[in-house]
Amino acid sequence: MTAAAQVEGMGSESTRRFAAMAAIWIALALAPYWMPYVGGYTALGTRVLVLGLAAMSVNFLLGFTGVLSFGHAAWFGLGAYGCGLLLKFVAHSTPLALLAGTVLGGVLGGLLGALIVRRRGVYFAMVTIAFGQVFYYIAFQWSSLTGGDDGLRPFYRAPLHFGFVTVDILQNSTAFYYFVLACFAAAVGLMGFLLRSPFGRTMVAIRENERRARFLGIPVELHIWIAFTLSCFFAAYAGALYALVNNFADPRGLHYSQSGDFVMMAVLGGMRNFWGPLLGAIVFVVLQDYISSITINWQIFIGLLFVLVVLFFPRGLLGYLQQRRRA
Amino acid sequence: MTQLLLFNVTNGLIIGAFYVLMAIGLSLILNLSNVINFAHGGFLVVGGYLAFALQPYLGFWGALIAAPFLTAIIGWAIERVLIRRLYGRDPLYSLLLTFGLAFIFEDGTRYIWGAQGKPVGIPEALARPLSNSLFFITGYRLFMVGVVAVTVTLLFLLLRYTRSGVRIRAGTLDLETVAALGINVRALRSLNFAVGIFLAGLSGVLAGGQLGLEPTMGASVLMPSFIAIIVGGVGSLAGTLVGGLLIGVASGITAVFLPAASEAIMYVLMALVLMLRPRGLFGEEGLLT
Repeated sequence: MTAAAQVEGMGSESTRRFAAMAAIWIALALAPYWMPYVGGYTALGTRVLVLGLAAMSVNFLLGFTGVLSFGHAAWFGLGAYGCGLLLKFVAHSTPLALLAGTVLGGVLGGLLGALIVRRRGVYFAMVTIAFGQVFYYIAFQWSSLTGGDDGLRPFYRAPLHFGFVTVDILQNSTAFYYFVLACFAAAVGLMGFLLRSPFGRTMVAIRENERRARFLGIPVELHIWIAFTLSCFFAAYAGALYALVNNFADPRGLHYSQSGDFVMMAVLGGMRNFWGPLLGAIVFVVLQDYISSITINWQIFIGLLFVLVVLFFPRGLLGYLQQRRRA
Repeated sequence: MTQLLLFNVTNGLIIGAFYVLMAIGLSLILNLSNVINFAHGGFLVVGGYLAFALQPYLGFWGALIAAPFLTAIIGWAIERVLIRRLYGRDPLYSLLLTFGLAFIFEDGTRYIWGAQGKPVGIPEALARPLSNSLFFITGYRLFMVGVVAVTVTLLFLLLRYTRSGVRIRAGTLDLETVAALGINVRALRSLNFAVGIFLAGLSGVLAGGQLGLEPTMGASVLMPSFIAIIVGGVGSLAGTLVGGLLIGVASGITAVFLPAASEAIMYVLMALVLMLRPRGLFGEEGLLT
């Protein structure tokens, strides 16, 4: 290939990327209008966005640093409880509740992360699973504060005040969708910015060859800890949004099976791809919604999905498409 | 007070022995195959329900022996068909696959036997309490500890004195060299996996006799088993043994003073170990870290 053709190729590549980005955002922005035609509903779209964000936060660590955390439901759930507790006991303010949840999950995640960043591979996964369960038991046992097994309620998302106008996001599900979409866009924008920054490139370098990164003088543990902590903040933020979606927080959101779902969404969509986890979340949530409406033994089918994806689509849907295009 | 404490320590040791049986199976598989077997709790459930199904024909003693063997055969088949394909790939995949299997086992048993609890009947002689005056422990609980002790001792002897056992231990340290010496590593891993699953099946039968069977029972003992391995140190079976007993006793003692924290204490213990001795009590540095 000549140099000119190469440049041209790169040009079409970046055009294609731009087109894909534009298509994704337009599809998301118009979701409340096209979803009813394919059998969806706005609340489902909101849930997909939030769970997709959680899966992207897991993938921020898994796909771009190569570190497998199997306990992200803990930070997600802590975000939900932080948000719910603030709304219930402290102040009737949605932005403050989001902040409280994000800080609670992110800070605790960062603290525990410091204990475990030296572990690798399966050992890291195992320790994150086990530590994640701590918060499940706390939420379960401390029923005077958290409502125990029944979950935390009642609390309701507060209207948004913009000085001159007040938006009701409790009753108006379309307005709430756009609020969640804005929150999603802010987080995803930050995530993308971080991944394009020198810090993000370093994360990928660690993923590709940790030993070489170490020889280049990169403080690997520090980078992994920062990436882990950031990922916990994103997960907690998604969790806080999830509490707003449901007006409810319950211990199952903290359970390791929820972590497994997040990892599955990331793998299903394609974990080497920035947008993969969102696609995974769409497929996973819609499938779960559908299967659980036709059979009570839906867990068997979700289990089968795990097995089939691992055996036949280990690169996920986007990875599979990319592979086919190259071939 | 002393009596209560003593009772809870004994109780803790009994529960700990049970964790040990689970955790050693997990540990065997983790050490040789680098697979976190999330479905281990699922195999426990399968073992328990198989015993329940076989008991009318074989009696308690027959089921106690047959059910773990059948579970091991199922485990062996699953290793051959599914898990074997994932060796050498990112451990993420075996984790997700066994995670999915756990769903299938749990819901599958619920589909076949129903969500209601099922009892595994135990012989009359074992159901009686040992002593009414001192403290209340049934013969069955002591019997459980005895079975665990015999099984674990046998396992350690097999690992020490049989050819396959020595190979499994060698493979834990350096699988490549073992393979280079002309040993069939694939068969070794299958055998090792089946042994681990046998222990899970046995745990299922024992637990069924004590608590009855429920489809969700596997998930609840999975976490303590993980913690036992982390506390004891990855790569060391003796460590897993100590770790399991330790968390059992710790949660037994905590149950006296602060019942709500009896589960949380295990995690506190794990955090302490990770802070003070990151490789675990008996873990070898550099292995799996």
